[in-house]
Amino acid sequence: MMNKELLKKENFPVFAKYKGLCYLDSAATTQKPARVLDAVRRYYEEENANPLRGLYELSVKATEAYENAREAVRGFINAKSVKEIIFTRNATESLNLAAYSFGRLIVNEGDEILVCVSEHHSDLLPWQMLAKEKGAALKYLEPTDEGEYTADMLKAALTDKTKIFAIAQVSNVFGRVNPIKEFADICHKNGTYIVCDGAQSVPHMAVDVSDLGVDFLAFSGHKMCAPMGIGVLYGKVKLLEKMPPFLSGGEMIEYVTREGATYAELPHKFEAGTVNVGGAVGLKAAIDYYNELGIELIEKRERELTRYAFEKMREIPFVNIIGSKRADEHGGIISFTIEGVHPHDIAAIFDADGVAIRAGHHCAQPLHQYLGVPSSARMSLAFYNDERDIDRFIDTLKTIRGRMGYGG
Amino acid sequence: MADSFYGEVLADHNLHPLHRERIDAANFVCKGLNPTCGDDIELQLKIDDGVITDGSFTGIGCAISQASADIMLELIIGKSVDEARRLKELFMKMIAGEIADDELDELEEAGALQSISKMPARVKCATLSWKTMEKLLDDALQ
Repeated sequence: MMNKELLKKENFPVFAKYKGLCYLDSAATTQKPARVLDAVRRYYEEENANPLRGLYELSVKATEAYENAREAVRGFINAKSVKEIIFTRNATESLNLAAYSFGRLIVNEGDEILVCVSEHHSDLLPWQMLAKEKGAALKYLEPTDEGEYTADMLKAALTDKTKIFAIAQVSNVFGRVNPIKEFADICHKNGTYIVCDGAQSVPHMAVDVSDLGVDFLAFSGHKMCAPMGIGVLYGKVKLLEKMPPFLSGGEMIEYVTREGATYAELPHKFEAGTVNVGGAVGLKAAIDYYNELGIELIEKRERELTRYAFEKMREIPFVNIIGSKRADEHGGIISFTIEGVHPHDIAAIFDADGVAIRAGHHCAQPLHQYLGVPSSARMSLAFYNDERDIDRFIDTLKTIRGRMGYGG
Repeated sequence: MADSFYGEVLADHNLHPLHRERIDAANFVCKGLNPTCGDDIELQLKIDDGVITDGSFTGIGCAISQASADIMLELIIGKSVDEARRLKELFMKMIAGEIADDELDELEEAGALQSISKMPARVKCATLSWKTMEKLLDDALQ
């Protein structure tokens, strides 16, 4: 089922409010369609109560809304059971949960944790802290100049002590898709668990956790048209069952005495306190939107726009694109530098022209250190962008060196 | 050439800095860092009997942070430590949008950064070198 109408900006109220807005920072967060906003409002107007405990009709409705959202997520990433879907605040919390609860359980002194040097800080710092706490070694996998990680690199880096490999399916700087299924196979043959950061992949491509075979996958709702404050950790049931709770408190217990407690069944064991039903309802509405559009159409449209932008950027001599030299290996994300111009100045000039892009280290400082650039600028797009957005981006891009005082 | 985005004064100090070097004679150095931006400068000053007799800066950063450092050095070299501190207070007042016209005159070319008071995202860039100078002077006193 495909519905091209849903690609249009008219579905997103922010573009009606700011008619001149050229938004090219969707890798940071996407804009929200009216359908999602309406669904959240409707929930609070018609179904709001504290779920999972109230013995009255409204609470039952809230519980249903929450659990329907979980089922929608399960279907969207093709998990085997709703027990494998833990709601969190965002991908960062999901990855912290994996590191604190699962990591602490299986990593011991002298073990190794392998992470890609291009990981977002949220998929790096939890592992760095875990390694320090346990006296384990944190090792880094380094990509080629074009941002590629290969099976041979991974095989060479794994040892019999490697307990965990953490990798993003798509790097938020390179925009390149990593071969996660192949890597999961290699890891499992080595007795290594694979934790996948899906923050930049789930919103832009078909992701099937059962097919990929990953042990954990984290993503955020707000990068896929859902509200901020709702995220997901997928984990294999047999691993989640072994793991101790991450946070403790209400909702996550079965029975509590002064001396101890038994914990609730999955997935509630990991969802302490009153949960974010409004956010989950918004995430379900976003998934419904994606499903009606069709992920194939989203991929196709974003690939067209990426190619269009990439080819035009390549024609500008002072623009250096980070990562692959092929447009199709930049899934909607093109990071770049301009000779002699600091990325903050690049972003300021774009801002003056009404174009929103990101500048800085994109929460990937070790990667920038590795690449030998202090920071970079990044344009990132989503299906609701159009060729006119790219034209405006390119028009400004061409003027930047001149406006910084460089002649010629 | 298109119109200069930050104005000629800042563009000129960014592209053709007067003090972007490392003077060997410096007897005090201090690092300044804006972690979120990646602005990372080192300020070097030569201070003799309470007077800043020479100075320089090195490091990386956006045009505003670089131009601001260069303009600051141009202003404080030859001034006493106390005068430099007073100029820093004036600069901070300007960035806060609270400076009087006669005070603005004292800041000379640094007045070209007055527009930063309307650009909250760039305040850290403009004030980095001035804050670094204050830290250097505080450390120098100890």
